[in-house]
Amino acid sequence: MPDQLLYAMEVSLNGLMAGIMYSLVALGFVLIFKASGIFNYAQGVLALFAALTLVGLQQGQIPFSHVINAIFGTELHSFGWTLPALVAIALTALVMVGLAWLIERLVLKHLVNQEPIILFMATIGLAYFLEGLGDVMWGADIKKLDVGLPQGISETIDAITFNAFGYGFFIDRLDIVAAVVAALLVASLTLFSQYTKYGRALRAVADDHQAALSVGISLRFIWVLVWSIAGFVALVAGIMWGSKSGVQFSLSLIALKALPVLMLGGFTSIPGAIVGGLIIGMGEKLFEFFAGPLIGGATENWFAYVLALLFLVFRPQGLFGERIIERV
Amino acid sequence: MFYREAGDFKTSYVDDSQTFPIRFDRMRYYAVLVLGFGILPFVMNDYWANAVFVPFLIYAIAAIGLNILTGYCGQVSLGTGGFMAVGAYACYKLMTAFPWMPMPVNVLLAGLVTAGVGVLFGLPSLRIKGFYLAVATLAAQFFLVWLFNKVPWFYNYSASGQITAPERTLLGVAVTGASTPAWAKYLFCAVFLFALAWLARNLTRGTVGRKWMAIRDMDIAAEIIGVNPLTTKLSAFAVSSFYIGIAGALFFAVYLGAAEVGEAFGIQKSFLILFMVIIGGLGSIFGSFAGAAFLVLLPVLLKNLLVGGLGWPTDLAAHIELMIVGALIIVFLILEPHGLAQLWRVAKEKLRLWPFPH
Repeated sequence: MPDQLLYAMEVSLNGLMAGIMYSLVALGFVLIFKASGIFNYAQGVLALFAALTLVGLQQGQIPFSHVINAIFGTELHSFGWTLPALVAIALTALVMVGLAWLIERLVLKHLVNQEPIILFMATIGLAYFLEGLGDVMWGADIKKLDVGLPQGISETIDAITFNAFGYGFFIDRLDIVAAVVAALLVASLTLFSQYTKYGRALRAVADDHQAALSVGISLRFIWVLVWSIAGFVALVAGIMWGSKSGVQFSLSLIALKALPVLMLGGFTSIPGAIVGGLIIGMGEKLFEFFAGPLIGGATENWFAYVLALLFLVFRPQGLFGERIIERV
Repeated sequence: MFYREAGDFKTSYVDDSQTFPIRFDRMRYYAVLVLGFGILPFVMNDYWANAVFVPFLIYAIAAIGLNILTGYCGQVSLGTGGFMAVGAYACYKLMTAFPWMPMPVNVLLAGLVTAGVGVLFGLPSLRIKGFYLAVATLAAQFFLVWLFNKVPWFYNYSASGQITAPERTLLGVAVTGASTPAWAKYLFCAVFLFALAWLARNLTRGTVGRKWMAIRDMDIAAEIIGVNPLTTKLSAFAVSSFYIGIAGALFFAVYLGAAEVGEAFGIQKSFLILFMVIIGGLGSIFGSFAGAAFLVLLPVLLKNLLVGGLGWPTDLAAHIELMIVGALIIVFLILEPHGLAQLWRVAKEKLRLWPFPH
């Protein structure tokens, strides 16, 4: 086979893997948008906050030590322990649930029945707040996240493809883990929403708030639940992205990567988030591969958006979104 | 007592439909003009001009522009930073290509160029609505910033990739460049703001503005009563981008002097201006002023308080500032989702009845 084609295949495979990482973030958006109609811009910052908390707990950092040191002149830094990864993940999940409860209690409860744009702005405010809080709690330096996920080139795939084509593909083992985790996540979310009592309540709320209230479903509990799940998804995304590129401020910007995925897949569809992620991931890698050298490179910043924009002109609700029906 | 319509007799239709029908409001308006153009330029110094007044004036122009699009016409846009960049780069290219051209002409032409780009990116709004459109405008943001970064023609092949405003004078006084006096910066922006705000106020209460609002309130119903959505939406995009382009040109040429596109006109700028519009009040010109003033003053105050007052390290103060700004935005949205303009309306209503309760 010609080299060019092999490279293109490798690039598109890597694109698919990157797309799965985008989908992980997009999933959190879809969950919250479906259940409460809130376009949650803070999802990326939630992932950053989760990753920061995970690293902090694992390495036994003292929260707010910077502030305490600045005010009282002390030299506090660390409790001096190292938690096993699973314990730290469980604790972080608890923190995310607590955070979901606080968000419902302090923010959403007061904003019921507001216009969508107001709610959207509130989540941007929330994003600012969490970004500041994460830095104040755990410090702003770049941290290394290591929960024991495999990293580096996958020799198996390298060997298989080398035998098949005479050229070994480079696939990061972390990306493969991410793909498996994403598949598990989607499967368990689907099972949860189809076969459990709370899952059904969740779908009822997504369908019609008032009807759900009238059959005795507590909206506020559902919101805490859905924000907790979104927090958990953010934790998973934070672990994956954090292991890949370190825990730092730029992690919160993955929200911006997830937005075109959402547009393409539709704001209300979980499979849409996955398929959209795959299309965007592969599309932007291939475009960069073929057209990038001609027009100056770094096209990944905008290609996804332009692709999604062009797509929306033909199908305004995205691939799998609910059809927009307007009545006067 | 002094704030009411009673006793203020109108004898012509022109009088009857003026912007400020209450005498006290008119007096207040003239007082603000006298303060803004008669007193402030003479007492302006560098710190106040650079930290407070010039950014306030420029952001107010941008906020009015975005308010026309989002507040009056109902099209949420997150591409403001990109459009400001178009204004800035158009102004830079005009300044360097035609050195003899007077600065106000440059700024206005930059606005027109931005209006054209705005219409182009506004085309999808005919198909896409709501949040899908908001995210779609991000395409403009990222694409434009990338374009100005990657095509060297836009920054005249300078080695740093930055654009730097050369010195240009107006009536013998420098208005751009390093040796610009503080009062000239202030006055140059203030004249633009005054003219544009006056224009916006009158546009929004005329035919064009009413069409925008009809589209905002319900586009299908508006279409049925004969409002053409194509021209209405695109005119909103054009006018809004014109304002934002002028703001971008001033921001680069007068305020910054030198700019790097990703830093000066990134996505954060889009959010900042959207915040100004929301906190000020959607669909209100006064709200744009109030929102711009609030978000320009708040960081200055917090910084003075935390770093100057409490003596905390700068990076910690920056993070705390972020938290406070975020929390304040949420608190604000909870307490008054219609923004500062609504508080102002309520206050005026109270004042009209005062001292009687009903």
